Amino acid sequence: MSAAGVTAKSLGALSCHVCGLLVSGSYSAAHSARCPRCDAALHSRKVNSMHRTWALLIAAGVLYIPANVYPVLTLVSFGRATTNTIMGGVIELVHSGQIVIAVIVFVASVFVPIFKIAALLFLVLSVQLRMKARPRARTLLYRFTEFIGRWSMIDIFMISILIALVKLQALATVTAGPGAIAFAAVVILTMFAAMTFDPRLIWDAEGEDDDGR
Amino acid sequence: MAIDSNFTYTEAYLACPECDLVHAVPSIREGEQGRCIRCGALLFVRHKDSLDRALAFAMTGLMFFILANMFPLLTFEMEGRSESNRLIDGAIAFWTAGYWELGIVVFIFSVVAPLAVLLVLITLLLPMRLGKAPPSPQLQVRILTHLKPWAMSEIFILGIIVAFVKLQDFADVSVGLSLFAFVLMVAATVMAYMTLDEGALWSRLKEIQA
Ligand SMILES: [Zn+2]
Ligand SMILES: [Zn+2]
Repeated sequence: MSAAGVTAKSLGALSCHVCGLLVSGSYSAAHSARCPRCDAALHSRKVNSMHRTWALLIAAGVLYIPANVYPVLTLVSFGRATTNTIMGGVIELVHSGQIVIAVIVFVASVFVPIFKIAALLFLVLSVQLRMKARPRARTLLYRFTEFIGRWSMIDIFMISILIALVKLQALATVTAGPGAIAFAAVVILTMFAAMTFDPRLIWDAEGEDDDGR
Repeated sequence: MAIDSNFTYTEAYLACPECDLVHAVPSIREGEQGRCIRCGALLFVRHKDSLDRALAFAMTGLMFFILANMFPLLTFEMEGRSESNRLIDGAIAFWTAGYWELGIVVFIFSVVAPLAVLLVLITLLLPMRLGKAPPSPQLQVRILTHLKPWAMSEIFILGIIVAFVKLQDFADVSVGLSLFAFVLMVAATVMAYMTLDEGALWSRLKEIQA
């Protein structure tokens, strides 16, 4: 194997997913498939990574539509009702001159979910097509995707605060809309999709050439 | 790098969690860190008094968490009437509005998980500080690892800021005492995570259990 060195898999060893202890294959075969240090289940690669990531991504992609079509909140003030979708909320912030906040909400609620689904789709496909190009860049893409995913929850928290705070019956009331459920589901599903994807699969294609060495 | 593959399990080597490349565990100094030579993932960190500092930050965080739950986060005023909310009110509001799924999600992400992270850290590190074995260290470390992504206090703060800005347009909003406590709680939790060195944790546990 070029200058790249040795992987745990090529040694027949397993690296604990929780604490990182390096355990030999013979130990896990002879004793138990659990980590001797932290007692987590041992796997060389995340179990069924490709299938699970695919399933979660498809579900997230389907829910992405109602999440953006249905309203996430309705504000009734002095008898006048305004209903907002995710994108509508951003546009309203732009109209009221809150550009910085509008950009934050746009990035977290509109850009991040779609970017995350696209990035994970690309990563899953690149593994399935045994792509060898730029593994380091793809690992970085994965790390970034995993990091940003949680931030899409901003809108859900914002809605929870508004509906708790604005309930002055005749004067002003905020209620949640069904789009919020779909949106939260997209965020959670894509978080799980990032967790089930195993970035080590990106590098496994590199070792395949050397199997016959 | 010659690797002696004759081990049952070893702390002398470590496989990169993101690309599986095996590295010999170096003896790095406090304050230093080591990254994977192939993919750049962070592999090792050493902090001075890691466990004590993480414990101190976790206890500080718990104190601020309690304070954050005692006072309002935001107060909203309109035509002489006012309404304020506490940390858990968002979850309750979703629940009572019939969006119970969102109530549970918000409750877990903004209250349960952040609190559980602090409690697990304290019940893990405080007994060790006193030279005793924690109740179930293996389980506690696993819980901590799995909880981490779901504790979203820092994101909740941004949610508060966005809500604040939106309300400013048509009413008077003011920031409550709890918001400051909540921000400090988040800072303490982040510091606790950043200073916690799992290598030091496992070797200290071994000393105690021996
Ligand atoms: Zn382990
Ligand atoms: Zn690596």
